[in-house]
Amino acid sequence: MSKAILYDATMCIGCKQCEGACAQQNKLPYDDTVAAESVQSAHKYTVVLSKDDKFMRRLCMHCEKPACASVCPVGAFHKTAAGPVVYDVWKCIGCRYCMVACVFAQPKYEWQSLNPRVRKCIMCPDRIAAGKQTACAEICPTGATKFGERDELIAEAKDRLRQNPSNYFPYIYGLNEVGGTSVFILSSQKAEEYGYPSPAKIGDIPMPEYTGKVMERIPDFIPVWTLVLGGIYWVSHRRDEVAEAEAEERNGSKR
Amino acid sequence: MKFKLTFWRAVFIVIMGLGLYSSFIRYFRGLGAVSNMTDQFPWGLWIGFDCLCGVMLAAGGFCMVGAVYLFNVEKLHAVVRPAVLTAFLGYVLFIVGLLFDLGRPWYIWHQLIYMNPHSVMFEVGMCVMTYTTVLFFEFLPNVFEALNWKTPIKWIKKIYPVLIVAGILLSTLHQSSLGSLYLIMPSKLHPFWYSPALPFFFFGSAVAVGLAMTIFESTQSAKVFGRQLELPVLVTLGGALLVALWVNALLRFEDYFHRGLLRAIFKPSYEAYFLWLELTLTFVLPIAILSFKKARLSPQWLYLASIFTVLGFITNRLNIALIGFETYVGHHYVPKWTEFSITLMIIAMGFALFGVAVRYLPIFGDEHEQAVPARLPRNEVEAARALASPVLTHAGD
Repeated sequence: MSKAILYDATMCIGCKQCEGACAQQNKLPYDDTVAAESVQSAHKYTVVLSKDDKFMRRLCMHCEKPACASVCPVGAFHKTAAGPVVYDVWKCIGCRYCMVACVFAQPKYEWQSLNPRVRKCIMCPDRIAAGKQTACAEICPTGATKFGERDELIAEAKDRLRQNPSNYFPYIYGLNEVGGTSVFILSSQKAEEYGYPSPAKIGDIPMPEYTGKVMERIPDFIPVWTLVLGGIYWVSHRRDEVAEAEAEERNGSKR
Repeated sequence: MKFKLTFWRAVFIVIMGLGLYSSFIRYFRGLGAVSNMTDQFPWGLWIGFDCLCGVMLAAGGFCMVGAVYLFNVEKLHAVVRPAVLTAFLGYVLFIVGLLFDLGRPWYIWHQLIYMNPHSVMFEVGMCVMTYTTVLFFEFLPNVFEALNWKTPIKWIKKIYPVLIVAGILLSTLHQSSLGSLYLIMPSKLHPFWYSPALPFFFFGSAVAVGLAMTIFESTQSAKVFGRQLELPVLVTLGGALLVALWVNALLRFEDYFHRGLLRAIFKPSYEAYFLWLELTLTFVLPIAILSFKKARLSPQWLYLASIFTVLGFITNRLNIALIGFETYVGHHYVPKWTEFSITLMIIAMGFALFGVAVRYLPIFGDEHEQAVPARLPRNEVEAARALASPVLTHAGD
């Protein structure tokens, strides 16, 4: 039973109340200046973008197999059973590999801080634990952002596409991207139009597999390579010993 | 001893002064103030140069230790010590560089308690930490000799085989893993540089640069410290470098061939210009030079070829770390002057520490036989005999 978010851009009216609720939930400043910012940042985990009278939300996708969690050397990120990908600031050493690795470019950094943290949407894990919806879903006046069971939301998204095919670009963004996420996007246009990476480009393979293929060989590589190197060392030094012994013999016989 | 202000000392003082100022900005104003890194460009010059290039430039250590102690290329014995010293300083300075780049360097020790074995960065971190320790022990005999402490040298000799094997194992792992760091970014890194073969490229370039750096360093040290240039050493290294460059070039060609990019790399584009620069410096120029026997026997040409190789692979790694991301990000990243100044400060520290070590320790000393592990031929006659002996043995069969 993992939770997820379904964002239906066709129902979004661009009121940006989700931005405000998110800021309040995460104790971030929110005023007209912040509201006007159209990029995500360390103080803006989610953003409602507008283009040609249409809207699109961006937020952490909460991948089923998150790249950020796999690359972090100290395991500061992890995917919880309930769905959210959460961050443990105490563990973080600030290498920013998560930022480079995330295909959705979600982790943002407190560049001005002297003890900077990585910031991103963490899907209100405390609220979920308390049986509540995420702050953004709760405040949404039109139901464009809907919170619920992942399976049920997938079924509902498919239903909406089936019932109103003319309203939508026929694609559930997030269903298969990088192995599936916990945030699904429905819209009348391709999500790529609003800065989401194109499904063709990022593919269906979970990101951790790209490095996993190499990493899983290391436990075998270490003993084998040690034996090879040790063997070479032994052979080349044994050769010396033999040569030395033979040289002595030769010298002895000459005398 | 009176302090004399020479040109290079003045340069050093200026670099250190600016570097200290930048360090102040880094730790008291934050990463945002000291660098041009952004959310779009979270890895900048410090990862690209200080880390990726730094570790590559220090590869001479494991290359020479491998050549001399593993493969018994006795001829190269004279360059093992300077190469190990360079490697040791290189890794220490790499860690210093990390302390600037990490956002929360005071928690760097978390690496040891919150381990994530799935992370390439974790693996690199552990290898670098262990290998620096190994290098420390490989370097230690210099100090003991300078102090004339006989017993500890004997102890280190006893563990020398372990140090040698561990050092090469760890180097193989982390030199290649630096490339694996980028395997998880297929949609971000430009296809000219993203390749599933990145770990192989990184290892291959480390070996080539290890050889080139040793040529460069030997020639440079001969000039600066007024030492006799060991031509047979350079010639051996030059030959090995030519082979290493060919292997690297073939790997790159194979990769572009299999990924169907052979035509694309010749089409003019922003990335292509940087790729051409890189390929010219890494392969075209040094391979052309080293293909001439006369050049392989000339210290000047070998020196030039080694410089091209080093600059070429530096370009290669900066292309991977910086240029390769610009199209994805949609804008250029140009490091702030304070970023440059910290990098320069770290390089200057390397040169200074090398100079100090050479002055006080028997790095180029004649006593180098002392630290040689047991059972190595003592003089050239025996060395020649040892080399010829396998042939003789078989001839008798």
